[in-house]
Order: sequence, then C-alpha cells, then structure tokens
Amino acid sequence: MSKIAIEGTPKTPTVNFDPDSAVMELKGRSIPENSIEFYKPVVDALDEYSKDPKEATKVNIQLEYFNTSSSKCILDLFKKLEGIHNSGKEVTINWFYEEDDEDMLEAGEDYEAIIKVPFKMIEVEEY
Amino acid sequence: MEHNDVMLSFKGDVTSNMLDSMLMIMESKLEDLGEPSKVKKKVYNILVECLQNLYHHRDEMKRPGKEEESAAIFMIGKSEGVYNVITGNYILTNRVEKLKQRIDQVNSLDKEGLKLLYKEVLNNAERSDKGGGGLGIIDIARKSGRELGYDFMRVDDQYSFFSLYIKISQ
Repeated sequence: MSKIAIEGTPKTPTVNFDPDSAVMELKGRSIPENSIEFYKPVVDALDEYSKDPKEATKVNIQLEYFNTSSSKCILDLFKKLEGIHNSGKEVTINWFYEEDDEDMLEAGEDYEAIIKVPFKMIEVEEY
Repeated sequence: MEHNDVMLSFKGDVTSNMLDSMLMIMESKLEDLGEPSKVKKKVYNILVECLQNLYHHRDEMKRPGKEEESAAIFMIGKSEGVYNVITGNYILTNRVEKLKQRIDQVNSLDKEGLKLLYKEVLNNAERSDKGGGGLGIIDIARKSGRELGYDFMRVDDQYSFFSLYIKISQ
C-alpha cells in the first residue's frame, strides 16, 4: 500500500500517512481554493487502507487554519475512518488546538458530534 | 468607515494571486498590530472566507459587455477596537432571494443555533464544485459573533450588486 507524504505550503497542510504504522498526520494550514483536488489522493489512500486496516489507527489533526471548502474534505476523511471503526478496528482522532483558540476547539467538537469515532481534544501552548 | 481606519482596500478582479497577496499583507498587518493570536486567527479566517467567496464567483460577476466595470470591492479597517470588513460584488438577480434568506436565517440564530446549522449543512448539504456549499456565510457569522449587514441593489434586469458588512468583535 502506498504511503502519502505531502509537504506543506502556506495554503495547504503537510500530510503524512503510513499504512504500515497506521498513523496519519495533517498539519499546518488548509485554505486552498480547490480543496477537493488537494484532498483527493488522501481520501483515495484512506479508502484503499480501509479495505485491510491495522488493528489500531491513529490520526493527528494539527491545523492552524482551515477554510470551509476544506471542512467538507476533512469530513470525508473522517467518514472513511468511521467506516474502519465500524468494522471493529480501533481508531483514534487526536484534535490539536492552540491555547485560547476556541474556534478550533469548537470545530473539533463539531466533527466529534457528527462522526462516531473517539476524539481526543488536545490543547497545546503553541504550534 | 473613516478613511484613516482603512487597513486595506481593493477594487478589481479577485484572482488567485491577488487573493494570496491580500492575505499576506493582512497577516503581516495583524502581526504588526500585536493582536492576540485569538483575534488574529478570527480576522484571518473571515478574510479567507470573504476573499475566496469573491474568487469563486468572479465569472458570474462579469456582466457581458461590461467586464471592466464588473470589479469586486473589498475593504477592511479597524475602529474603536472593532474590525469592519466590507465586500461588494455583482450577482445574478435570480440568486438574490436565496442569499438574502440565508443571511436572514443566520442573523436570527444565536451561537448554539449557528453551531447546529453549521453541522447540518456540513454533514448533509450537497457540495458545490466551488467548495463549501453554503458553509461560508454560516462560518463568517459564527466567527464574527455579530449580525451580518447586507444590501442588494438592482443594477439591471439580470444583475444586482451585493454588499456584505461584517463586524468582528474581540
């Protein structure tokens, strides 16, 4: 299965996904004008992974900014993870937010309310 | 907005490059003002949504034969501790009613109501190829914490001019 390693830019996040270690990481800013195009390879990789997932999958989301166009794509990723979780495997989503960034915490809580996967909200001092 | 309060104003075609430049300028200005990280992020997020909204609808704004005059406007300023953002763009008159209803709906909701509407639209709405599928205006309202002001001016049979006024409290 293929790994994903996308380097971050001022408008798109760093994305790392290693199917062998079952860890996915999304980090930085996600404010592209065309989010669907950016997220397609990531959604596809998770889709492939979901056919034969590891016992436990860990996802770290550490975003500074994301636009509403990305928010739908992130939901698509989470829906794939929900599918893995529903098949009886363990999935954890760690949602990081900077101290005082209530908007980012709330964004995580919004996803937590929609997606039936355990979320951990993790406050950090600064990215 | 008083002239002296204006931090950045723009009139023209909101291209992808122009959008990046404006965001870069504003990020550096917010940095220079020494705003707390929380305020910086709120303002920046709202700017991203406003500018990308203008960007995604730029083709629709171009009135046939009047492409040159079909410019969008964008302005941001700060007075008495409150950020004011104004955007203006041409829209097809047949879209006015739907947009007006959405803003009125958003203005009628409190914080919890906006949160519910956001989740509902995020989870259920059809996604447009432009991206958010109507999430933008809800997100702006949630982050601004104030009612959104707006105005629609009929230009001709086909077009209207839409102005959006956003206040961001700290």
